[in-house]
Amino acid sequence: MNARLSYALRRLILTAPVLIATSIFVFLLIRLVPGDPVRSMLGIRATPENIATVRSELGLDRPLPQQYWDWIWGVLHGNLGQDFISHEKITSLLKVSLPVTLELTVLAMLLAVGVGVPVGVLVAARTGWARKVSGGFVIGAISIPDFWLGLMLVLVFTGLLNVLPPSGWVPFTQNPVQNLRYMILPVVTLATGQTAYILRTTRAAMLGTLSEPYISFLRAKGLRERSIVYVHALRNASGPIVTVTGIQFGVLLGGAIVIENLFALPGVGRLIVTAISERNYVVVQAGVLTIACLFIVVNLLTDIVHGLLDPRVEEAVSS
Amino acid sequence: MTALVELQDVSVDYAGHGGSVSAVQNVSLTLGENETFGLVGESGCGKTTLSMALMGLLPASARVTGQLLFRGQDLLAMSEAERRQQRGDELSMVFQDPATSLDPTFGIGYQVAETVRAHRRVSRGESKARALALLREVGIPAAESRYADPPHRLSGGMRQRVVMAAALANDPSLLLADEPTTALDVTIQAQVLDLLAELQRKHGTTILLIAHDLGVVAQICDRVGVMYAGQLVEVAPVAELFAAPRHPYTRALLEALPSRGRRGRSLRVIGGQVPDLSDPPSGCRFADRCPHRMDVCATVPPLVDSDSRRRIACWLDPATRATAGLPPVPAAPTPDAPIAVGPS
Repeated sequence: MNARLSYALRRLILTAPVLIATSIFVFLLIRLVPGDPVRSMLGIRATPENIATVRSELGLDRPLPQQYWDWIWGVLHGNLGQDFISHEKITSLLKVSLPVTLELTVLAMLLAVGVGVPVGVLVAARTGWARKVSGGFVIGAISIPDFWLGLMLVLVFTGLLNVLPPSGWVPFTQNPVQNLRYMILPVVTLATGQTAYILRTTRAAMLGTLSEPYISFLRAKGLRERSIVYVHALRNASGPIVTVTGIQFGVLLGGAIVIENLFALPGVGRLIVTAISERNYVVVQAGVLTIACLFIVVNLLTDIVHGLLDPRVEEAVSS
Repeated sequence: MTALVELQDVSVDYAGHGGSVSAVQNVSLTLGENETFGLVGESGCGKTTLSMALMGLLPASARVTGQLLFRGQDLLAMSEAERRQQRGDELSMVFQDPATSLDPTFGIGYQVAETVRAHRRVSRGESKARALALLREVGIPAAESRYADPPHRLSGGMRQRVVMAAALANDPSLLLADEPTTALDVTIQAQVLDLLAELQRKHGTTILLIAHDLGVVAQICDRVGVMYAGQLVEVAPVAELFAAPRHPYTRALLEALPSRGRRGRSLRVIGGQVPDLSDPPSGCRFADRCPHRMDVCATVPPLVDSDSRRRIACWLDPATRATAGLPPVPAAPTPDAPIAVGPS
């Protein structure tokens, strides 16, 4: 167990350079975008004096390295800064928006894994129509852009059937049922492509595993086909499945930005998009950094789960 | 000798893209209780296919005909569920490569214990105790502390011991061992064979040992069957087969072995090639390479009792000839001088 802990710690330490690089990248990137936060705040009639005053208030007149240092120093002390426009603390903005994004992505991931893995396992051993149907679904689901799929779902479930709200959101704590009703369409939209990737990976991994000699030996031992497939083969096939799921979580976070805007969910993605159009530098930086952290945490979990499922992985890393 | 396994005219054909492949043709064989029977022949001669047919583990593309009796029960008439219950319990199998026979993600003890649980209503604790006893019996040192070790922490020989423990977990009557030592170092090979022989003595298991290494067969088998291109050509007690092989293929096979008695002479090779089994010759499949080929070889020679202990399928043999009403071959070729073969 000690080896496992040190492995996790080492992985955690390795994430520091990634986070530093991400922070520098976002910091510079948003400043490369044409436009000026102060001008968009003050409007077109602002005088140069006004602009200069606000600039120096926000520290935007300082050299870039200085600005970066000020920002990152604050971040390291738990201070993500203040919204340029609303003057709200960014931590309190994230306190509202992060749970929305987490709910959306976690539900989508659960749906994708919950459908993709069992269906992938079932079709792995099959030929004929089951394979063709699943193959068709995979190609379709991967090819359809999620914003279009979202629109179509709204068209069907709101426009035609009128059973689900097209957009909007209420906090889960306030009205759980209504909250979930609002979540259904965004979650399904986001999960469809993911389901396809996970299904395809599961099917391929299971196909490979089921032809391994140890599967024949399990049969020779007289085990039930069910335990051969679900206990042994699935655990051996879990490596690629877990890895793809982890990587796809990053894609999911990216997709969440689009979906949150499409369905008017007040998540981190929507926060970032609004902030970008306002050139609200600090909010963009904080939002992106948050998403980067999420991604890193998920990847870390992925690696740990992988190690738990396959003893060879852990030893390969720790030796 | 009471019969445990009786094969009667067993043939296996694989359906392929360009027609079928005849992997095993009309094999008839009886295995007695408590016997160690060696099945030899070169790669692709149908040894493994035959054992997989016994286990009921052939792929869907294979078609088995003939009769396979196990304790008088017709295996081909049994349902898949019945055969599954039999596998790992009444009959068991050890595969060639211990490196790939075990699931890499589970502890070795678990993999022995699950075989017990698949066939017996026992608690986890009981199956673990049984698995530990088995691991000790096959000679895993410190079995208790190695119980949870994944297979890759064990050496090849140790892994094969674990595989044997799993295969023997429910005290099967028949153990099929498909080249169990081929993937191991020579010194480890000897240890594993000794263990196999010891387990056989202790539990009275019938072993069908598949090998292409005649030395291995000589070491532990009672009787041996020689297969060539899907046909069983000769069956004899092991010492007699090595001392006086009767089928031309068996003879050629033994002459191809290096041995002390033949020091300084070059090894003989069998001219020609194994026939294409997707389009096999209609008669004796060895005929094309046989120095004694006759016209009658275009018909498949039946495997008949040559004497009380030996069976042979060759038109040179008087007993085989008698089945077709042919007189003995006038100038029967003198068998070569006895060849000493054995683990050297």
